Amino acid sequence: MSTATASQASASTAKKSGGFTGKAANYLDERTSISGAVKEFGRKVFPDHWSFLLGEVALFSFVVILLTGSFLTFFFQASMAEVHYDGSYVPLKGVEMSIAMASTLDISFDIRGGLLVRQMHHWAALLFVASIGLHMLRVFFTGAFRKPRELNWVIGFVLFILAMAEGFTGYSLPDDVLSGNGLRIIDGIIKGIPLVGTWISFLLFGGEFPGTAIVGRLYTLHILLLPAILVLFLALHLVFVIVHKHTQYAGPGRTEKNVVGFPILPVYAAKAGGFFFIVFGVIALIASFFTINPIWNYGPYDPSPVSAGTQPDWYIGFADGALRLVPPHWEFVLFDRTWSFNILAPLIIIGIFIVLVLIYPFIEAWITGDKREHHILDRPRNAPTRTAIGAAGVTFYAAMWAAASSDLIATHFHLTMEGVIHALQAMLILGPFVAYFITKRVCLALQKKDREIALHGFESGRIVRLPGGEFIEVHEPLDEYERWRLVSFESHAPVILRPNAEGKITNKARLRSALSRWFFEDRIAPATKKELESGHDGH
Amino acid sequence: MFTKKKRQDSAAKRGRRHPLANVALIAIGLIATGGAYAGISSATAQTESTVVSQASVEDGEKLFQANCATCHGFNLEGSDEAPSLIGVGAAAVDFQVGTGRMPMQAHNVQAPEKPVQFTDDQISSLAEYVASVAPGPAIPEEQYLDADGDAANGAELFRINCAMCHNVAGAGGALTEGKYAPSLMGVSEAHIYEAMITAPQNMPVFNDMNLSPEDKRDIITALKFMENEVSVGGHPLSSLGPVAEGLFIWIFGLGSIIAVTVWITAKSN
Repeated sequence: MSTATASQASASTAKKSGGFTGKAANYLDERTSISGAVKEFGRKVFPDHWSFLLGEVALFSFVVILLTGSFLTFFFQASMAEVHYDGSYVPLKGVEMSIAMASTLDISFDIRGGLLVRQMHHWAALLFVASIGLHMLRVFFTGAFRKPRELNWVIGFVLFILAMAEGFTGYSLPDDVLSGNGLRIIDGIIKGIPLVGTWISFLLFGGEFPGTAIVGRLYTLHILLLPAILVLFLALHLVFVIVHKHTQYAGPGRTEKNVVGFPILPVYAAKAGGFFFIVFGVIALIASFFTINPIWNYGPYDPSPVSAGTQPDWYIGFADGALRLVPPHWEFVLFDRTWSFNILAPLIIIGIFIVLVLIYPFIEAWITGDKREHHILDRPRNAPTRTAIGAAGVTFYAAMWAAASSDLIATHFHLTMEGVIHALQAMLILGPFVAYFITKRVCLALQKKDREIALHGFESGRIVRLPGGEFIEVHEPLDEYERWRLVSFESHAPVILRPNAEGKITNKARLRSALSRWFFEDRIAPATKKELESGHDGH
Repeated sequence: MFTKKKRQDSAAKRGRRHPLANVALIAIGLIATGGAYAGISSATAQTESTVVSQASVEDGEKLFQANCATCHGFNLEGSDEAPSLIGVGAAAVDFQVGTGRMPMQAHNVQAPEKPVQFTDDQISSLAEYVASVAPGPAIPEEQYLDADGDAANGAELFRINCAMCHNVAGAGGALTEGKYAPSLMGVSEAHIYEAMITAPQNMPVFNDMNLSPEDKRDIITALKFMENEVSVGGHPLSSLGPVAEGLFIWIFGLGSIIAVTVWITAKSN
């Protein structure tokens, strides 16, 4: 970092200060003209808020995954050829298994540090997807996806899908009973697709499930194709973050035209660098003390055993849950073919859900007709309809997610499996509506409270008796900075239905106007300057 | 105090009974019953050494009539409430009563494991009585219960035959309508063997034709290995697999990371 700082100081000062760093910086700059980039990048300002670090957690856990994953590739052999295990784990000695499973057992028991690295890799993967999820929720609920960042939302979402694909392909590599069961479910889903399903399944597995090809193929996807695409999109994502500048929360001195915070060099780089090691450390600690995916308990895969309590890793859980929530008898024969709507319905619903999340920024932009750039974030309460939609989406996802552990919920809370499934089915359908209305009302109520506080200050708890006998509670006025936070948001009015240039009102315009009304009909306007000035009427 | 004095007065007047007479009487009664009971049960313990004694069967019959017959019938014929016990054998009794499942606490979808209600001697008396009425699976021989067989073979058999309900790690699992396959950790060797041959509750029978006694011994070996194995990867999170792992990373993993982010971005005072 000292070289970077020095090169920022550029050639002229280098002459004065001299020394090795100055000369080195000068040498580099004369040959690469890097000082411009360092100056630009080094001066880039990051605002300070804990929620802005979630994306970094994802980035850092990805780095941990890359490092540990590289180590694992040295020892893992992605072959499904059969061997008799001859490692040091006694209860599997002599058992027939694939080389993939045997080499994973060797990593766990016979290679120094192998188990720790394996566990770090797996825990980091769980943390990676979890932090992406939380980062996405932060971006959604603060409206950070608005213009000019819509495309970066899409890129980020693709990263989320890629992360899940990476997770799933990795989960299937050890060829143990659990991962084999997971693959069998995927195989079943693929075969449930009408007409092409069976062909795709045979293509993927190189014949009848499980075949002898799948682990090798997944391995290629896991360590070559998917990471390459992921790194590409990750780079794009970061470039966009720099191009767009960082968003910030509203506050005194913060406008749509500036970013208030620390520059990357030296403060932010130091913080982020330290944070990387903290994330690394947390993952290493978890991996040292907590077992993950003990494949030696599960044993080698063969298609006959299916374990109770078979679940995918958490991020695929929603898909598994969607399958569990389908009511029975949704399968019928038509045109001499079986239509497995028990599989197709979840596929279609999940597909629609994913596409809706992916294109949400464009939907909202179209409904609101807002074409301006936004660099100041919304507080969730100040965009009640968006926040309510988000809450509905989270509830929908949560119902599917919880359904993936329906059997464990049943055994651990002494419930019937059917009861759990029926309750979650109700939650899947009704939950989003309930969540929508409650969230919207809560947001509006919070806005009302903010407005009240901005106008009248906060209650001080001091009761005063006036000479006339009246009791009042003294309200302390807010200071300027506090008040700014409460009043500096925009209140949108619904788009008004107007005839177009030809004097016609199109159906599209009607739909948009109706949606816009739905979006902005209930709103609390921020306290205006006039109201604020007349607001202080002595109490 | 006043009443006490009055009573003492009246007792003294009558002059028939010492004030502590009642207490003494109760104490004598308790000692006599307790002593007799202890003598009888030690007597049962002695007879137990001879394989099947008439006395033990008679004890078992009395225990059965007092504790089991309401539901299972005085002649083991069963009722609407409970199945017939004719031909279930000593192994079934030893399993059901020995794990506390019987006597049943309440009529429910499944009898849960609970603290055992009888002594070992009483359980064996009950078992002998039930076995004496009609033949059935006997309590397994010690040679199959030493948990010293082939764990690798046992684990494989366990995965194929048992894991779909009991989970590959023996952690248990859910069945339909509130029924469940219990966790197998901490279950005694004899009870595992007996469960396989007597098919308690929803479990199927694994008779000697599909799992030989040696196979059963291997399965017990594998289960005991899992139970006693040191978890090499660290805390096993109840061996529940991905659900427990997912909850852990969200709550503790991400939770601690968020705490750190708040700390990093906090304004210095």
